[in-house]
Amino acid sequence: MTASATTQAHLEEPYARPKLVEGAEDFGAVTQRVCGVLERPKPPRAWYIGLAISSSLTLLLFTMVVYLIATGVGVWGNNSPAFWGWGIVNFVFWVGIAHAGTLISAILFLLRQKWRTSINRAAEAMTLFAVCCAGLYPAIHVGRIWVAYWLFPFPNQMQMWPNFRSPLLWDVFAVSTYATVSALFWFMGLVPDLATLRDRSTTRLKQVIYGFFALGWRGSARHWQRFERAYLLLAALATPLVLSVHSVVSFDFAVSQVSGWHTTIFPPYFVAGAIFSGFAMVVTVMVPARELFGLKELVTIRHLENMNKVILATGSMVGLAYSTEFFIAWYGGNPYERFAFMNRAFGPYAWAYWIMIFCNVVAPQFFWSKKIRTSPWLMVGVAILVNVGMWFERFVIIVTSLARTYLPSNWGYFKPTWVDICTFAGTIGLFFTLFLLFCRFLPMVAIAEVKGVLPAAHAHPEHPKGGHDHG
Amino acid sequence: MNLFPRWLNGLRILGGALALSGGVYVVALFAYGASPKTLNAGFAPEQPVPFSHALHAGELGLDCRYCHTTVEVAARAAIPPTETCMNCHTRIRTQSELLKPVFDSWATGEPVHWKRVHDLPDYVYFDHSAHVTRGVGCVTCHGRIDTLERVRQEQPLSMGWCLDCHRNPAPNLRPPEFATSMDWQPDGPAAEVGAQIMQQRKLKPSTDCSTCHR
Repeated sequence: MTASATTQAHLEEPYARPKLVEGAEDFGAVTQRVCGVLERPKPPRAWYIGLAISSSLTLLLFTMVVYLIATGVGVWGNNSPAFWGWGIVNFVFWVGIAHAGTLISAILFLLRQKWRTSINRAAEAMTLFAVCCAGLYPAIHVGRIWVAYWLFPFPNQMQMWPNFRSPLLWDVFAVSTYATVSALFWFMGLVPDLATLRDRSTTRLKQVIYGFFALGWRGSARHWQRFERAYLLLAALATPLVLSVHSVVSFDFAVSQVSGWHTTIFPPYFVAGAIFSGFAMVVTVMVPARELFGLKELVTIRHLENMNKVILATGSMVGLAYSTEFFIAWYGGNPYERFAFMNRAFGPYAWAYWIMIFCNVVAPQFFWSKKIRTSPWLMVGVAILVNVGMWFERFVIIVTSLARTYLPSNWGYFKPTWVDICTFAGTIGLFFTLFLLFCRFLPMVAIAEVKGVLPAAHAHPEHPKGGHDHG
Repeated sequence: MNLFPRWLNGLRILGGALALSGGVYVVALFAYGASPKTLNAGFAPEQPVPFSHALHAGELGLDCRYCHTTVEVAARAAIPPTETCMNCHTRIRTQSELLKPVFDSWATGEPVHWKRVHDLPDYVYFDHSAHVTRGVGCVTCHGRIDTLERVRQEQPLSMGWCLDCHRNPAPNLRPPEFATSMDWQPDGPAAEVGAQIMQQRKLKPSTDCSTCHR
């Protein structure tokens, strides 16, 4: 019995999946590698350069927000007939990006996809930062920002309530719920790792700060039992949110009667697009991050390849949705609907439409090639194209439909102002500033969870080296 | 290694209690403290002349419209000009020290600087004539002015308070000829009397935004 078990362990299993984590085989090495990013005296030079650029852009964002509040929303390009412009384009763009984190951490957790452990922490952080960027737009677009709390229903002396039949109100709930649950989920997952950082910190200040947020975690069996139960419950709570948030965002359009918006395909199409753009952003950011901070053994090519497969799948779904829209516009026989789609593809915004088609439908098809799917810098190229394409998707949907509605005398051509452009550049800066700070001050990889998928975590007394990989 | 002293554990209870009582405090602050009932009702500024409605409208029985002449035809009820005062005060109490600002105004032509008591925000359109001629009595919004030595705001005049009546005006309606009466009482339940007036006069108060915010 013992002899045969030993031989078995030595044999290479022909059907074995590639390892989830390379190099670092034992628990200590994983901790060392992740904490090493925070504990090195100085971050790499590229980090400083990145932070300098992104924090300058963030400053630009704050300037633009102050300018907008002080002057009024007229500084944006929104005007008749396109009353919705870059504000909502960027809102939907950022909310979409926010979808990868919770999908990876909640849905893949429930589906027992163990490869998620190496990327979930960073992806969840990206979710939160993207929600920050997204949430900014509804708050600042209202004009009188000091009464932005009127977006929420609460009893007041005016007896004034938001319109409960309006999807814009549902949006307020969907996005704020998503932000709250994502933040809780992210923070709760951080607690054991914060305790690790607390115990490894050498300065009193770091010990106190990490210690405060570690909530007194000692890693006892009872702590772990409750932690895992809570994590499972939060994952179950967060799962429907991944689907609901962007469905509700799509209602902002689908519930209206503008041709090109009033379609039942919107919720699934938007959710697929959101996951598509979210994963593209994770790839865009994780490839340089793993390179820069020496996390290649934890975030392996296999992780990136898996994400690229998701991008390929969701990108094809988005392509299918585009063609379905066109088919229904023709098959439905509604001349206004038909016009809206012909106008998209061949009207004054055709340039935006074909950028969108190239970036969202053609570009991800490169991922059929294993070579492109597994070479880091090529996949970043495709992922950036996808990000661009998904921004253009929202632009095409929102602006082309509004610029040419039912009344030809009311047609127009939307042009963004410099404030629109600087504000958007500013949110990109805010996103990367937050992410760079996160890389430096919090563990980018979920240490405790990665340890759980190491072969060593499943070692049996008969064959101590493990060998089971439940990936 | 103990990073935090043991007594910090006690702070958890304190923190919980603070969070709880803080929540209650904020709700109470906004529900009561920031309500127009608290902030606005009861406003009674001192006027340049201690004009007594109790004397003029109550004891002497002047009709509201004697001074507030435009109340039935215009949005504003009109603050009477000095000339209205002088209709009587050229002969009555002509030496009164208290009336000196009125006499000064009469001599110089500079109006008396009365302080406005019932002041709606500038973004609210309110029309006295629309209400008075349809049977909303003065007393409904202004209270028993005829008992006041100094005018004070009785009602909150908040948007919700306006809407309460616009949604259910019947209890506050009376035949328009009694609009300025301070002590009119309905024969029977106010809601039924009001409902009858609504039906006769086809009253349908609007609650559209643009009714008051034009």
